[in-house]
Amino acid sequence: MAELFTLPVLLGILYSGIRLATPYLYAAIGETFAQRSGVLNLGVDGIMLMGAYTGFYIAMKTGNLFWGLLGAAVAGFLMGLLMSVVSVTLQAEQGISGIGLNLFGLGLSTLLFKVTLGGVESIRGFQPIRIPLLGQIPYLGDIFFNHNLLVYGAFLLVPLANFVLNKTTFGLKVRAVGQNPQAADTLGVNVTLIRYTTVCLGGILAGIAGASLSLALINLFQENMTSGMGFIAVALVYFGGWRPWGVMGGALLFSFVNALQLWVQVKGINIPSDIAVMMPYILTIIALTFSGRRARQPQALTKPFERGEN
Amino acid sequence: MPSKTEYSRLFNRTIEALLPLLAVPVALLIGAAMIYALGVNPLQAYGTLFQGAFGNVSGLTQSLVKATPLLLVGLGVTIAFRGGVINIGGEGQLIVGALAATAFSIGFSDLPRIILLPLTLLMAALSGAVWGGVPGILKARLGVNEILSTVMMNAIALQLSNYLLRGPMIDPAEIERGTQIAQSDLLPQAAWLSRLMPRTLLHSGAILALIMAVLVYIFLWRTTIGYRIRAVGLNPDAARYAGIPVQFYQALSLILGGAFAGLAGGVEVTGVHHRMIEGLSGGYGFSGIVAALFGKLHPLGAVPASVLFGGLLVGADRMQRVTQVPSALITVILGLVVLFVVSSEIWARRRARRRETRG
Repeated sequence: MAELFTLPVLLGILYSGIRLATPYLYAAIGETFAQRSGVLNLGVDGIMLMGAYTGFYIAMKTGNLFWGLLGAAVAGFLMGLLMSVVSVTLQAEQGISGIGLNLFGLGLSTLLFKVTLGGVESIRGFQPIRIPLLGQIPYLGDIFFNHNLLVYGAFLLVPLANFVLNKTTFGLKVRAVGQNPQAADTLGVNVTLIRYTTVCLGGILAGIAGASLSLALINLFQENMTSGMGFIAVALVYFGGWRPWGVMGGALLFSFVNALQLWVQVKGINIPSDIAVMMPYILTIIALTFSGRRARQPQALTKPFERGEN
Repeated sequence: MPSKTEYSRLFNRTIEALLPLLAVPVALLIGAAMIYALGVNPLQAYGTLFQGAFGNVSGLTQSLVKATPLLLVGLGVTIAFRGGVINIGGEGQLIVGALAATAFSIGFSDLPRIILLPLTLLMAALSGAVWGGVPGILKARLGVNEILSTVMMNAIALQLSNYLLRGPMIDPAEIERGTQIAQSDLLPQAAWLSRLMPRTLLHSGAILALIMAVLVYIFLWRTTIGYRIRAVGLNPDAARYAGIPVQFYQALSLILGGAFAGLAGGVEVTGVHHRMIEGLSGGYGFSGIVAALFGKLHPLGAVPASVLFGGLLVGADRMQRVTQVPSALITVILGLVVLFVVSSEIWARRRARRRETRG
């Protein structure tokens, strides 16, 4: 165990922990918006897969990572739109419609992958950019200020989301719609429009989350490459108490444990790797038990809205 | 003469009954558009698919073999949904059930068949029940969202299986040969489910699953516990007023749901593979949900639904071989079926509400 606690290893764990948190942050912040407006989008994993595939394919064909990123966002938006129609307009049971969206995204991304790419190929993804001055600080510079663009974007998203949710009219409407849609409706807030907006925004961010895998973290696309990360992102929203900073804390905790587990394997410490991989999932269940009290849960979460009810 | 309103009521009721059934044809239609976009004739692709699934004895028996775990998982999902909880943990529960069946039957291979086989399946169901029970108890005692915890339990089961199949449970022959394929030793023959037809994989697990479907129907509609589970699922507040311990029955529905998925795992190893292999579940945990939903969350409705989706899975492989349309198309179609079925419920709800306001 002692060899884990050397300085380079600890620095490595912190560095990769921050890196690994990226896809979870995008997806979970997006999901925070959806859930604060009262929609549980369980289809995040399927959206991420569509984003990962679309981003990768476009980036490979155009040779431009930013076109890929845009493509991932559009794919995510379309998936979000589909989820909105099903969950908001058609008022489908949200726990189940999410499973449908996941299967749809998993199937479609695999289908497109098989038809257009055929096999696993890799590309040169977003490269780390060392931030001037800050990047020169010993240790901290390496850990915090030497990442690729999507990592910075993910962490900047947190204060931004916090600001939008808590300090803008739009954020107020989102929260009102998630707490008491009937009252919000009476006050002239368009519940349907707000929910469409948040679910589509969540879709866009989930699409980017997928692209952060295929264009920055792993730099390739393969079948079902998210392997359930989208569900973790949904869990992180619960764990973070539906607040962006809390979500970030959860994402970092999860990713540090994941990074630790990876380093345990690299260092060849005598824990079976499969058991080590379990750790983050077990941690998530434990975290959920502690955040199980529903004090902060949006009151209208998973409840479809229909005017004139109650 | 029936009045005009009676006609319209009949019309509405017919639509309500038929809408979910339309989910499959509409999903297939969208699938056809995708096949067309791939430059393949949709009629030819679907023709190959259905021919491969139901067109001959070999296809038909394979479809039934695939339908068996789908039905068992679907029954578990049905019980959970009827109890108002969502069990997405079928995948993990199935894996754990398969592992337990394997370990138990190899460990007690001296037992006579008449004891060994039932006990093996019982162990599978029990371990699935434990795997579903953890989210169940967490939900009941601490209010932990069962959708999320069952998903996490899936990931944990998968890793547990990877670990056991590469380590403690690996087939000794694999180590000797140095091939190191992650699979267990063969189960003792006494623990194999009997084959129903020579030269096919069709095994008595299919009959077991059918019997289970009838038993679940009786359980849910003819017993007090089943009635209470449904009451909790229909309206937890009303059930609480009636003195039913809601949390207990929610946990129980997840435990029973887990037991059926675990049994599915046990049936897969004792009936099909005769050993635990990697990737044994093959997504049954999720396709079982589709079968349950398409069966209108009725145990007997799950029977034809499982056969249909089992057939689609079998036929998809043949479609891929013959027409090069990737079998992932079926996953797309399954996803669409779920989306359509849950979306169509709005009409039933609207009608119920109108009836309420009419008094």
